[in-house]
Amino acid sequence: MDTTRYIARHVVDLPRSGIRDFFEIVSKMQDVISLGIGEPDFDTPWHIREAAIYALEKGKTHYTSNLGLIELRRSIHRYLERHFGISYRPEDEILVTVGVSEALDIAFRALVNPGDKVMFHQPCYVSYHPSITLTHGKAVPVPTFAKDNFALTAEALEKAWEPGCKLLVLNLPCNPTGGTCTRAQLEAIAKFAIEKDLLVLSDEIYAELTFDGEHVSIASLPGMKDRTIFLHGFSKAFAMTGWRIGYACGPAALVEAMMKVHQYSMMCASIISQEAAIEALERGSDGMKAMRDQYHRRRDFIVRRLNEIGLKCHVPRGSFYAFPSVEVTGMNEKDFAVGLLKAERVAMVPGSAFGANGAGFCRACFATSYEHLIEAANRIERYVSKLKA
Amino acid sequence: MNPVLKLLLESGGLSTAEMAQVLNLSEAEVNRHLDQLRKDGVLLGWRPVLNIPEEDGAVRAVIEVRLTPERGGGFNRLAERISRFDEVESCYLMSGGYDLLVFVSGSSLQKVAAFVSEKLSTLEGVLSTATHFLLRTYKEQGFLMDTRAEDNERLKVSP
Ligand SMILES: Cc1ncc(COP(=O)(O)O)c(C=O)c1O
Repeated sequence: MDTTRYIARHVVDLPRSGIRDFFEIVSKMQDVISLGIGEPDFDTPWHIREAAIYALEKGKTHYTSNLGLIELRRSIHRYLERHFGISYRPEDEILVTVGVSEALDIAFRALVNPGDKVMFHQPCYVSYHPSITLTHGKAVPVPTFAKDNFALTAEALEKAWEPGCKLLVLNLPCNPTGGTCTRAQLEAIAKFAIEKDLLVLSDEIYAELTFDGEHVSIASLPGMKDRTIFLHGFSKAFAMTGWRIGYACGPAALVEAMMKVHQYSMMCASIISQEAAIEALERGSDGMKAMRDQYHRRRDFIVRRLNEIGLKCHVPRGSFYAFPSVEVTGMNEKDFAVGLLKAERVAMVPGSAFGANGAGFCRACFATSYEHLIEAANRIERYVSKLKA
Repeated sequence: MNPVLKLLLESGGLSTAEMAQVLNLSEAEVNRHLDQLRKDGVLLGWRPVLNIPEEDGAVRAVIEVRLTPERGGGFNRLAERISRFDEVESCYLMSGGYDLLVFVSGSSLQKVAAFVSEKLSTLEGVLSTATHFLLRTYKEQGFLMDTRAEDNERLKVSP
């Protein structure tokens, strides 16, 4: 029986993630040094894990409020006031979600009518485009460029804009480019959003992992709080990817709309993860800073080595990704990534997995040990010099 | 903090060549930093941290020692003297119910006991000792003994 005919058309048409294709090749190989992992190499700090164990022992095994534990929402409120300079009411402006992933999903589902246009900068996180497609919206990618260190510019936005655009998704610092915007650049984006009457979905999951200068949230700029949904989580900064916990903040009416979708699909995030998240926010900052300092030094090392090797690479101001160009090799990014993998067993993700204009680049995650980074760099060097010879 | 020292604390297993790569220094410069740290008395030495089966490992004990303080020097002279014994791994001055906490090791229980009764407690100025033998190690200088639990499989590629 042909069961595929039961599949909804828009899902049939959904392309498979380029990451998935690459993963299938990598997973069949042995002794690979992977720079292809989009998560911290650190396990969650022990005090956070211990808080979860304690919660279980205390019988915290039940559903929570749809919005999430009020104690967690209060912690989020304090944390965002202190570190981001934005104030959201715990009672009705904060929604705890199953990772930023769910926050993105319910935001699109709550906001996008069929045919609505959603702008987002590209190369970008793999789920934006398909999420927009799944809600029958129309994706409007806006390119970012190596010459700007992959910052999003208002000029690029102007150029890509078309009538009917309703949302703008931002991800700064950006996966996969590590690009961020300065305050001035962000102000220009805010001006554009106000002019075009766009609602901004700001995915700031890498905010804490900003190495040079300040992280500015667009929600903190004048006039922007009312037109921004702020998305954040614990996966990256607190090394909590497996806990599946994040949150969305915004104007009460929009949080209420997202909550409607959330309550019927997810009910609430795991209570154990919520308890752990409180611990992370209240007592996790030293551990977080120690991890950030390590990423910072690893970044300096890998970016320097990639440039020495000839794979031109800007210094990513945030995130744990370097995004080198493979232009010198004369190969496209896919052939380069597969060739490197087969010849030297180093995995980097081809940039085109993050959108068409990631072509010519690869993503190298530096959230891995010095030993691996040193060895990976040496292997890449060997491979590239063979190509040049 | 000295960048070499920082890196040592962060990932102690790197060779000087690897440290040079990470810090963008020459290997000679890394060695110069290490020499300086030694000269300054900051870097005292290197030791592997081992997980040896109990029956093969040394017998270890902690000893609480009470001392008579001396005019002028307090506990220092005696503490330094005790520290010089090869059997003594570590020696700390403590607040509270006793004065020194001394970690000792020996190849057998008898040898450790003999050290305490013959060498330590007979020293002029040592008022009393209380010896506790270590039965089992769960964590040593930052390393967990049971490493199995930490062997987590991660995906090789993820978004
Ligand atoms: C930009 C971006 N947004 C969202 C996510 C998903 O995060 P979470 O684990 O909170 O669902 C990731 C994870 O890779 C990401 O890179």
